[in-house]
Amino acid sequence: MPQRIERDLNRFRQIIRGKIKQDLRKYISHGEMIGRQGKRTVSIPVPQIDIPRFRFGSKGQGGVGQGEGEPGDPLGRGEQQPGAGEAGEEPGEHMLEAEMTIEELAQLLGEELQLPNIQPKGRKNIIAEKDRYTGVARVGPNSLRHFKRSYREALKRQIATGTYDPANPVIVPIHEDMRYRSWKTTEMPESNAVIIYSMDVSGSMGQEQKELVRVTAFWIETWLRYQYKNLEIRYIVHDAAAKEVTQEIFYRIREGGGTKISSAYKLIMRMIEERYPPDEWNIYPFHFSDGDNWGGGDTRECVEILRDKILPQVNLFCYGQVRSLYGSGRFAHDLEENFRDQETLVVSEIADRDDIYDAIKAFLGKGK
Amino acid sequence: MALITNTDLPADLQAAWEEIDGYARNYGLDYFPIIYQVLDYNTLYEVAALGGFPTRYPHWRYGMEYDQLIKGHVYGLSIIYEMVINTNPVYAYLLEGNTSIDQKTVMAHVSGHADFFKHNMWFAPTNRKMLDAMANHAARVQRYIDRYGYERVEDFIDTCLSLDNLIDYHAPYINRPEAQTLVSITEEERMMPSQVEGLPVEQPYMRDYINPPEFLESQRQRMVEEQQRLRMFPENPQKDILSFLMNYAPLDRWQHSVLEIIRDEAYYFAPQAMTKIINEGWASYWHSRIMTEKAADTSEIVDFADHHAGIVAAHPGRLNPYRLGLMLLRDIEERWNKGRFGKDWEECDDLREKQAWDKKLGLGRQKLFEVRRFHNDVTFLDEFLTPEFCVEQKLFTFKYNSDTELYEIVSRNFPEIKAKLLGNLTNFGQPFISVQDANYNNRGELYLLHRHEGVDLKVSYARDTLRNIWKIWSRPVHLETIFDEKRRLLTYDGSDWGERKLD
Repeated sequence: MPQRIERDLNRFRQIIRGKIKQDLRKYISHGEMIGRQGKRTVSIPVPQIDIPRFRFGSKGQGGVGQGEGEPGDPLGRGEQQPGAGEAGEEPGEHMLEAEMTIEELAQLLGEELQLPNIQPKGRKNIIAEKDRYTGVARVGPNSLRHFKRSYREALKRQIATGTYDPANPVIVPIHEDMRYRSWKTTEMPESNAVIIYSMDVSGSMGQEQKELVRVTAFWIETWLRYQYKNLEIRYIVHDAAAKEVTQEIFYRIREGGGTKISSAYKLIMRMIEERYPPDEWNIYPFHFSDGDNWGGGDTRECVEILRDKILPQVNLFCYGQVRSLYGSGRFAHDLEENFRDQETLVVSEIADRDDIYDAIKAFLGKGK
Repeated sequence: MALITNTDLPADLQAAWEEIDGYARNYGLDYFPIIYQVLDYNTLYEVAALGGFPTRYPHWRYGMEYDQLIKGHVYGLSIIYEMVINTNPVYAYLLEGNTSIDQKTVMAHVSGHADFFKHNMWFAPTNRKMLDAMANHAARVQRYIDRYGYERVEDFIDTCLSLDNLIDYHAPYINRPEAQTLVSITEEERMMPSQVEGLPVEQPYMRDYINPPEFLESQRQRMVEEQQRLRMFPENPQKDILSFLMNYAPLDRWQHSVLEIIRDEAYYFAPQAMTKIINEGWASYWHSRIMTEKAADTSEIVDFADHHAGIVAAHPGRLNPYRLGLMLLRDIEERWNKGRFGKDWEECDDLREKQAWDKKLGLGRQKLFEVRRFHNDVTFLDEFLTPEFCVEQKLFTFKYNSDTELYEIVSRNFPEIKAKLLGNLTNFGQPFISVQDANYNNRGELYLLHRHEGVDLKVSYARDTLRNIWKIWSRPVHLETIFDEKRRLLTYDGSDWGERKLD
């Protein structure tokens, strides 16, 4: 039986959802929920919604308490609302923890940024089979015997034949009463996707730049996870040379040295060749850098690799240029110049947190 | 929507209740029949979120309440053991799976509450059929939702709830002549002369001495003022703003009806807010007596003590109403048993004599029942809080120190403690606000006055509330208040907020 309260609870959640959506830009740029994510849900701090009333401010209030201490002794921050009755509370500052599944969050993101659903590129005939025990059959192995159904059948039969005695409710199932669970095999097309993050970890990329990348990456993952059943994520870091790393290292590592972007692109290329045939995979390479490449020669090499090897194979190649302490380089500019009409390449500059919102919109807004 | 289907108490609990019921009635407690229902925690919290009533009108705040209660339970922060509502018969809810000693304690506690509901005079005007009334309210609101749409009705409920503390908490108990705006005109004319005649004079030569010109002038002045007042609307300040709006604001019938529902429920719950300390104290007093003197056997007494200690624990730096009420009631019982009251006691300043004071009057029990009949929290503390009690209970006042951004202990001085306690409890810690003039500027604008008593209003809330009043009144709304030690007039005219200094 559904609870009476369910309706109010759903309405409350709807209101909270509306609040989050309203402030999504703020949440996106601050990434407040990222640190708190659980497996399939995130918990989002939302200011408590309150019905306004004429009430006292807390400043002059104070109250009466009980316990040890001399006048002048602090009661401590932890005792924010000590005292009698209604006085001294400050509900305006309470926070609610709104729980949300990744799907819901992605939906919100999609609605708010007006993101188109992605048309998967790869083969649609990748079929996954799954057995589900949904039916009941008259024959089957004993290990799948359905006790409740079997006894119900027996009871029905006994009542029908008049052998059931309510005073002595003994029910004896016979062979015909037996019921067994049966399964159906469902086939579902599956679409696979892979994100390949690469990040410039040369000396000019600082902590703040990495934080920008981390927050952007969170939202990209949220969206793509919602769009694809099966998502793999690979991480590449590069300075003058590129290597694959784990997620943890990706966000922690600090290297020095110069920047050769082509090294990363070569690694991306190799990864795709070895592991992700484009007719089976939807491939999303993301590259974050401050755009300060080693020299014109390397940039030319990058453009060549992109044009000939990477872009024909991937759904979308996104380049995010973050601004570092030393300003940002001209790599974004170079890319834009070379790929002016290229649909599958997106360039976005992320100078600070407020730009994350627009960067995500640019990256994911193409529906590729 | 039957929330609770099974109303049968399990046999063991039924037996326990019959036992406790017997003890309670022997002690002199008297209450309407109590119907217990054992609920699983989900349902109990659902009922708790709905204020104890299984059928309420739909509103998101119940959902929010429920969400927080359930989270509190899951994280193990708070557990509700029991709920009891003031109806006839009394409904009380028990949490399924509690130990039998806990259930017994709860039952004894509930019998205390039930007795208080029935006999405390502040509960006398409450509707004991509130269960039905709430269900009717729910049906009415549902009908409006079906007719006018969920969001529209919800929005109006939100607006009304924002004003639900603007009632006259004492209205049910007194007949305020000034609240009656309808006095018959002929009656009034008879009572009020149309011109100033001065005092009756028997000897003409005394006239100027009895009615000197200044006196006549001031009388004339008063009459003019009085007549001006009669042209005011309302003629007297109105504290029950909800009822004022119901009577005079331009509302649709359904809005009128929703406002009435909110007001009815606010008045129904008011006595509970008014008697929190004494009511919980009374229930705790009785559960502790019933359990320790009668109901708990030797195998249970330790568990009981543990549970009881949790209920009345003094949290450092806080005031626990259960504890304050219980301790004060015990103190009263002791004082009246030993005759520690009256002129002789007050005037005795020999500490040693006072400590040994025992007239063996044995009036304690009688006094307790008298206290539970007549007092609410304010009168209870006003009358019975003593300096000795404050010292014993280590009470202190605290205040927010904006320099250190901490709450700090201010004083252990008895008058200050008492003043602070009473100040916080008076009008339930709500500001006094009344309608002064509903035709302000001669343009049908509403002028409200906040009687400032030392604490400023929270301005952001005041603004939002003002807007909600505007939604109902539909003409500009003003609030006179003081903040930052300046008299100010806050205004909302439907599009903008204004603020200007008075004086």
